[in-house]
Amino acid sequence: MKLRTSALATATALGLALTGMAWAEPVEDTLTIETDDGQITMVTTAPAPAHLSDVMDTIYSGWHFRDAETRAMQMDDFDNPGMVFVDRGLDAWNAALGKNGESCAGCHQSPESMAGLRAVVPRVDEKTGKLMLMEDYINSCVTERMGLEAWGMTSKSMKDMLALISFQSRGMTVNVATDGAAAPYWEKGREIYYTRYGQLELACANCHEDNYGNYIRSDHLSQGQINGFPVYRLKNAGILSAQQRLIGCVRDTRAETFKAGSDELKALELYVASRGNGLSVEGVSVRN
Amino acid sequence: MTRQVILGATLSALMITPSLAAEIAPTDVTYVEGAIEASLTGVPGDPVNGKKIMTTRALGNCVACHPISTMPDVPFHGNIGPELNGAPDRWTEAQLRGIVANAKMTFDGTIMPAFYKTGTFIRPGAGYTGKAPEGPLSPILTAQQIEDVVAYLMTLKE
Repeated sequence: MKLRTSALATATALGLALTGMAWAEPVEDTLTIETDDGQITMVTTAPAPAHLSDVMDTIYSGWHFRDAETRAMQMDDFDNPGMVFVDRGLDAWNAALGKNGESCAGCHQSPESMAGLRAVVPRVDEKTGKLMLMEDYINSCVTERMGLEAWGMTSKSMKDMLALISFQSRGMTVNVATDGAAAPYWEKGREIYYTRYGQLELACANCHEDNYGNYIRSDHLSQGQINGFPVYRLKNAGILSAQQRLIGCVRDTRAETFKAGSDELKALELYVASRGNGLSVEGVSVRN
Repeated sequence: MTRQVILGATLSALMITPSLAAEIAPTDVTYVEGAIEASLTGVPGDPVNGKKIMTTRALGNCVACHPISTMPDVPFHGNIGPELNGAPDRWTEAQLRGIVANAKMTFDGTIMPAFYKTGTFIRPGAGYTGKAPEGPLSPILTAQQIEDVVAYLMTLKE
């Protein structure tokens, strides 16, 4: 026990000395985006929400941890490859997809009617008491109003629609509820966030709370914020949803992952989203 | 012909049997204040192979998290863990063996994965497939690979 303590102290001292040298701050930069309607500036750095006050003072969008080239791609909608998927979502929105020719537009008019939704989901649906991802809302329309089979949680149709609907909230402040009916889901998500999964025994917190700013090989660890989701991921040359990213992280701990849309990953998405309360919705952002 | 076969069999028996007999399974390792006193295999570690294990993504991948200044040819060292050059000036061979095998026995709660452990884990997967394992888990590194890594670390005296 004595050795364990002294060994820990030595390692901590060494670790601090070394990471002190190599730690790379989130880049100081401002995300102002050129859009069709002029410039908009995102809140990418904000005081940490109260529930994180013990662990961090400031929250940063993942945008601050990416290289200059990747950051620049998000600063002009013309250069942002994710906009293609927003356009595809708009085509689907207006199309008569339903069994009897129903379309999203038929009920909801223009997609602008969805403004604000991205900022507050996942949330507990008042009527059913269930925790709903945006995917769940989309699928409830697809099945109940359009009479179709549910879309796959990570299907192209689903992600195009996620891109379109998230885009309507761009620049709005993330503000998911953590109390009231959401509290039990949020607590469950929090527990998952701190659980060390897989043969590598890694929790979300090991990388994204304890080590953001550090590097794993060339990968600059961010806080794992999901305010930018869905993202255009350069590595995949496509849209990635928050559910997919969470699956990827769990897999990378050499763990058996959870399924997209599972109770576990829904709760985790709520909890992770709540760690970004105060940042702007950036969807569709660009990441590597 | 027969003689050759017998000779071959004898040779391979000589080469394999001692290491198998001496090899300590992950679940049988004794940690004394985090350290493992004896070799896991009884076969001296190969530092050249150890270096390869430490830089290979599918094996030890130590450089993912550790800066190692003796490997300037390897790009992008991580900086989660401490610099490994000088490790044998700070730790004994037995302590290094224990840290590589299961660092949590030395550093309570460390982020460093255990490389010679087969359980207990929460939702372990079949490697990086995201699927459940079909059979018993293997440790990330074999006993001899642990010895090889320790052998390389022992060359890093400053």
